[in-house]
Amino acid sequence: MMAFLAQFFGEYWPSVQTVTWTLIKIVAIVLPLMIAVAYLTLAERKVIGYMQVRIGPNRVGYWGLLQPLADGLKLLFKEIILPTASNKGLFFLGPVLAIAPAFAAWAVVPFDATMVLADIDAGLLYILAMTSVAVYGVIIAGWASNSKYAFLGSLRSAAQIVSYEIAMGFTLVGVLMCANSLNLGKIVLGQAGGFWHWYFIPLFPLFVVYFISAVAETNRAPFDVAEGESEIVAGFHVEYSGMAFAVFFLAEYANMILVSMLAALMFLGGWLSPVPFIPDSFLWLLAKVAFLLFMFLWFRATFPRYRYDQIMRLGWKIFIPITLVWIVFVGAMMQTSLGYLFH
Amino acid sequence: MVFTDIVFYTLAAILLFAGLRVITTRNPVYAALFLVLAFFTAAGIWLLLEAEFLGIALVLVYVGAVMVLFLFVVMMLDINVDKLREGFWEYLPMAGFIGLLMVVEMAMVLGGKYFSPTHAVSKPLGYSNTAELGRVLYTEYLLPFELASVVLLVAIVAAIVLTLRDRQDNKSMNPADQVKVRKQDRVRIVSMPAEVELPVEPPAVTDTPAEGKQ
Repeated sequence: MMAFLAQFFGEYWPSVQTVTWTLIKIVAIVLPLMIAVAYLTLAERKVIGYMQVRIGPNRVGYWGLLQPLADGLKLLFKEIILPTASNKGLFFLGPVLAIAPAFAAWAVVPFDATMVLADIDAGLLYILAMTSVAVYGVIIAGWASNSKYAFLGSLRSAAQIVSYEIAMGFTLVGVLMCANSLNLGKIVLGQAGGFWHWYFIPLFPLFVVYFISAVAETNRAPFDVAEGESEIVAGFHVEYSGMAFAVFFLAEYANMILVSMLAALMFLGGWLSPVPFIPDSFLWLLAKVAFLLFMFLWFRATFPRYRYDQIMRLGWKIFIPITLVWIVFVGAMMQTSLGYLFH
Repeated sequence: MVFTDIVFYTLAAILLFAGLRVITTRNPVYAALFLVLAFFTAAGIWLLLEAEFLGIALVLVYVGAVMVLFLFVVMMLDINVDKLREGFWEYLPMAGFIGLLMVVEMAMVLGGKYFSPTHAVSKPLGYSNTAELGRVLYTEYLLPFELASVVLLVAIVAAIVLTLRDRQDNKSMNPADQVKVRKQDRVRIVSMPAEVELPVEPPAVTDTPAEGKQ
């Protein structure tokens, strides 16, 4: 079989092999990610349910475990309504542009010392670029819907994401100063040797700023003014129904998992175990990501929504100065005899 | 033809098409989106040239920030396309001349011996474009680099100062003042003695038993 294929493709055989192998790896990342997204929605409803002294979904399957499948099937069979005055091409391009960067960013995420799809040196920059592209889905969806609520939602979201991206970028500068690399795998390996070597200790203010900015970047409560129900119905996706609506949700949850993953990799030691005598494993990474995702749900269950001008103030007047000051502080400390604490 | 050639020609075709559509499409939002596509494919071509830092920086800065704000403005404007096209024939000779000049300049640069493929230097495996760029930028070109950033800073401050108008009739609140508010500023706790309800005098005892006993 392989010999026949090799003969068929001739000189292109190595390229074909590379492409096929890469495609298989992509499926191996995206498929578990989709399942994780599905069960994150269930986890969200369960966790918030228990926090509000309810039990959450418990009808479909044992303990509600089949609920995500039921939701998916329902949305799949619903009609996608196209508003008459909408811009048809862009209306369908919106969800696609929302979900594509959310998946594309996973290309450089290392799951283990060897398990990574693309081990590139500028991995951190690539992720920052991909997450900043994600805003197009929201903007285009809001504009193409030709609805005032949707448009207001998309403008809010665009301004918010552009603002918080700056603070997020500066926190990454702190990480790469400590790690001396933009490669995510090398950043994790720079934290080896127990939890007291993880970067969240020397970069604690940056860790906090990063995580809160991540919540704002993904448009999650308490920063979810882009879809603030009480003011603008459902924001940018008010005109979407069926699977087009579901794709926006998939993108939002995939982004949540992505930013939690990045926080775990950059500040919490990735797949490294907290103490040297327990072996490092992918399971550690899973546990850290699960904890950070739980924080997302916890925020949503406990904090009231921010007012819009307060969001802007927090981003521009508090987070950006904090990150700038801490970067200068870290840079200065690295030149002193205490510099080893920051590497 | 190797695999990278196929990728290059695909990206180049998309780039040319997107660039053409930016100036031919009638809808300004489409034009901005095609410009985004053009930037994105140009970044792809740079990645193909192993200039990974430049490619990603192009996406990060132009696609991720500049074009978002651009779209933001274009979407909110009510642009009359016919009015924009009014002076088209009048400006065409001048624009054509400038365009021609640019083509000649490009031809001179690309035709020169420094850009011929023989000058392509193959880099060793593990060569990091990003690290190399950072090293040069912060050692050899430190002063020009810092000067450029100061010029940019001045431009930012100037843009803000020029456009900032402090409206007197603005009734917006200052969130900083609101956040500073403490409980003492808004809430006054008044100590009041509890109103004690005096027990009602029990009626005089009669022969009938109390109702509670039944």
